[in-house]
Amino acid sequence: MIVLVDYKAGNLTSVQLALAEVGHESVISSDPSVISAADRLVFPGVGAAGSAMEEVNRLGLAPVLKDFVATGKPFLGICVGCQIILDWSLEDGRTACLGLIPGGTEIFTPGPGSKVPHMGWNHVGFYRPHPLFEGIPDRSHFYYVHSYYPTPSDHADVLAESDYAGVRFAAILGRKNLAAVQFHVEKSGAHGLRLLKNFCAWDGGC
Amino acid sequence: MLTKRVIVCLDVRNGKVTKGVKFAGNVDLGDPVEMGAQYYRDGVDELVFYDIMASAEKRPIDIAMVRAVARKVFIPFSVGGGIRNLEDMREVLLAGAEKVSVNSLAVQNPDIISQGARAFGKQCIVLGMDAKRSDAPGLPSGYEVYVQGGRKAMGIDAVDWARRAVSLGAGEICVNSIDADGTKSGYELKLTRLIADAVEVPVIASGGAGTPAHLVDVFREGRADAGLVASMVHYGTYSLPSIKSALATAGIPVRSVP
Repeated sequence: MIVLVDYKAGNLTSVQLALAEVGHESVISSDPSVISAADRLVFPGVGAAGSAMEEVNRLGLAPVLKDFVATGKPFLGICVGCQIILDWSLEDGRTACLGLIPGGTEIFTPGPGSKVPHMGWNHVGFYRPHPLFEGIPDRSHFYYVHSYYPTPSDHADVLAESDYAGVRFAAILGRKNLAAVQFHVEKSGAHGLRLLKNFCAWDGGC
Repeated sequence: MLTKRVIVCLDVRNGKVTKGVKFAGNVDLGDPVEMGAQYYRDGVDELVFYDIMASAEKRPIDIAMVRAVARKVFIPFSVGGGIRNLEDMREVLLAGAEKVSVNSLAVQNPDIISQGARAFGKQCIVLGMDAKRSDAPGLPSGYEVYVQGGRKAMGIDAVDWARRAVSLGAGEICVNSIDADGTKSGYELKLTRLIADAVEVPVIASGGAGTPAHLVDVFREGRADAGLVASMVHYGTYSLPSIKSALATAGIPVRSVP
């Protein structure tokens, strides 16, 4: 069973519909027992990291998510769900986050030709091979909407990169059974659907 | 590199996609869900659905249509026309839309922008603006904001309104030129550029697209981040792949069609 973690900070409908499109039913839940029992977990998110973490903590989900990742079962973070798996975020002041991957987030600086938020389709360059990339050409375009970007402290946790506003940033993070995409994989057309399909087939190894 | 977006706009009236010239003389073109799904398959970057009569008829947006679109379209789409309050925004976003667009409502009640941005994030809130050239005093940019589908002049300067909307939390601005709308003679480049230069959020140019060259112009000279097209694709004059290919040839970064 695939569980979408509901912490009132994500467009869960879109993710659920995209999973259905690639042939996978999913359950939306914020219940710790349902989350712990999942075969694989999707952790979406939109909005601000600070309020997202507040909600995670209010629902008592931080230890549940950490325990899930420790089991080795596949975990996919999306957008803000890719940011709050790090140690901290600069959004809403310096917010303490889940610490599943060492590092934090920084904000883009607007400049000529680079508006903030970074909104639209940008290429994603695969930095190393991964089961999630099966059938997706390197430098394919994915859909982004974000002002903050992940800055993992260990570059070994970077699976793919994009460029914006003079910054080369981590587009996909990965460590063992944990993967997280900064773009909206559920709104990224055929390539996004393929990545979700690959996630559903992934055993958590790499 | 971030690509320039080509967005197809579907004006919906009585459950059908419709198209008029200068906001009048509409003809029905087809089913919005089917047309949206076809444009998605053809490689459009984003879709916009405007329920053009919802406001005038004081009825809510057709949520069943939004849900149906979300089942078939896996790219961002926004919904506008007929958003009355925060609850309407929530319903549209939960149905699977990426963004909501507010136009007349935001002019009448600017607080809706900040309320929406606080509740759902700035990236969800698109300010739609209908503007028309004017020599009237008190309009430094020379463009005036209109509401109610271009029927009512508000005496508000278009650039001032764009700046204010962004300060309230609008995450994107869609600038529609009433003068250019439906003419197929090119976007209003001056208006687009004035607004693109005035705000830090992405700007979508709307009104007047007739050829791929018009998109090239609005990305270069108008400094738009995205261009809205309607007639040029609705009548089959151009396909999405042919537009993308013309843009790429002109050196504009575009998303390749998978």
